[in-house]
Amino acid sequence: MSTPHLLELKGVHTHIGAYHILHGVDLAVPRGELTMLLGRNGAGKTTTLRTIMGLWQASQGSIHFGGQDITRMHTPQIAGLNIAYVPENMGIFADLTVKENMLLAARKASHAGQMDQARLEWIFKLFPAVEKFWNHPAGKLSGGQKQMLAVSRAIVEPRELLIVDEPSKGLAPAIINNMIDAFDQLKKSGVTILLVEQNIHFAKRLGDAVAVMDNGRVVHSGRMADLAADEALQQSLLGLAL
Amino acid sequence: MNRRDLDWKPLALVPLLALIVLPLIGSPSTWLTLTVAGLAMGMIIFIIASGLTLVFGLMDVLNFGHGVFIALGAFVATSVLGAMGDWTGSAELWRNLVAVLPAMLVAMAVAGALGLAFERFIVRPVYGQHLKQILITMGGMIIGEELIKVIWGPAQIPLPLPEGMRGSLLVGDAAIEKYRLVAVAVGLVVFGVLAWTLSRTKVGLLIRAGVQDREMVESLGYRIRRLFVGVFVAGSALAGLGGVMWGLYQQNVVPQMGAQVNVLIFIVIIIGGLGSTGGALIGALLVGLMANYTGFLVPKVALFSNIALMVAVLLWRPQGVYPVTNR
Repeated sequence: MSTPHLLELKGVHTHIGAYHILHGVDLAVPRGELTMLLGRNGAGKTTTLRTIMGLWQASQGSIHFGGQDITRMHTPQIAGLNIAYVPENMGIFADLTVKENMLLAARKASHAGQMDQARLEWIFKLFPAVEKFWNHPAGKLSGGQKQMLAVSRAIVEPRELLIVDEPSKGLAPAIINNMIDAFDQLKKSGVTILLVEQNIHFAKRLGDAVAVMDNGRVVHSGRMADLAADEALQQSLLGLAL
Repeated sequence: MNRRDLDWKPLALVPLLALIVLPLIGSPSTWLTLTVAGLAMGMIIFIIASGLTLVFGLMDVLNFGHGVFIALGAFVATSVLGAMGDWTGSAELWRNLVAVLPAMLVAMAVAGALGLAFERFIVRPVYGQHLKQILITMGGMIIGEELIKVIWGPAQIPLPLPEGMRGSLLVGDAAIEKYRLVAVAVGLVVFGVLAWTLSRTKVGLLIRAGVQDREMVESLGYRIRRLFVGVFVAGSALAGLGGVMWGLYQQNVVPQMGAQVNVLIFIVIIIGGLGSTGGALIGALLVGLMANYTGFLVPKVALFSNIALMVAVLLWRPQGVYPVTNR
């Protein structure tokens, strides 16, 4: 029987050089839902995502994906388990065209013609800019267009888990609304999403589950709707009302 | 990439340099001879430097031992061509090419095989440690030079041009050495193959992407270390090919020849922008032309001229003419 949680972190500690960043993170990401990872700057959200992806190794604790222990796996192996990652800096290859960026993420395709055309059409509907600038160098795109490309690249092939670090960072409100609509569509497609966010409007609109981090630990986890309805809890966890 | 997106300014540097020196040289025929010689030298340096720049761009590895592959390629060529005396002695060009082609292929295979061992035992233990990389790769080159002396002896060995590649063609009053045209042709073929691979194949895309952000390439599910080993071996093989070309250009080989060329190739990849093959081509052509022009005009500053060229380019573009990494 499959566990209701696609991804589970238990007591994860991460050291970066001499610095002890994560102090025993416990996090469960329910299958088929969008989990928001919230917290103040420096709480350890990005480190948690990078540790899941194997970009930094956990020094203690365990990470399980679909019941499989991935704690000691290398990044390409982890990505090979159908996990897509969009880093905070988007990880766009600026000298490559939009098409080439997408082709790289389509691991089964050796040239653009082998990419799943129906899926591409679906992505073009979510993010029309990707189609519009298909043959343009990705480095010439605006910040919002780059973010759309980063998310499109992550979903160019079906993935079980999508991990996204602050997709709304630095974007104009209109673009953020487009992004919210796109993630809403992604949720409906059934993909499990773990999303780090500082934009409260974004979190409130999209989140099913929520985990709040502080000082390298998860200090609260539950349903997003419950947190949104409890002003006292928001105040104590985040220092603000949703 | 759209044509309008192409940064043409670095491309203009090569003809600009050639045109600037034309009035200083005076004689158009001398200028043409020097220019073809410079382009030939530049193409050979490009063949050698193209692998090194990708090795740095992809894995941030400073390989100061690259010169050993050049020397090895040249010495392998002395053995192969020496065994094919009937073919190299023929005045027919096709018979010469039948001799030179296997010499190139064997040199590339031997240099590539050494590259595989060099990466495994010398480079891999020092990933991410620049100072150690410099020290250990230089040490590796010294050991390689000593091994060459053990096999071929310490003395200079002649590497004469095959009969059909000797002499010059007259273009007007200008004498153009035949071998220099061969070197330009080989360099263009290598550049064409590299450009096609990098722009038209998925492996090429991965290399270009890895040069920009190797962590993201790994996050997409690709094992960048395997890719790097492939690039290191290919770069070593190209250095071996460059060694054959350089040895024939100089018409003799010495075990230290790699160390002598090392300085030039580092100037080339710095001018080009670390990790950029297009930049390496521009840098190599500029270095080749500058060496020939100053050798003719002001021989005393010939050694200094390429360093001055590098300084001038870095003042204009501090990360080289086509920067592709932030390192």
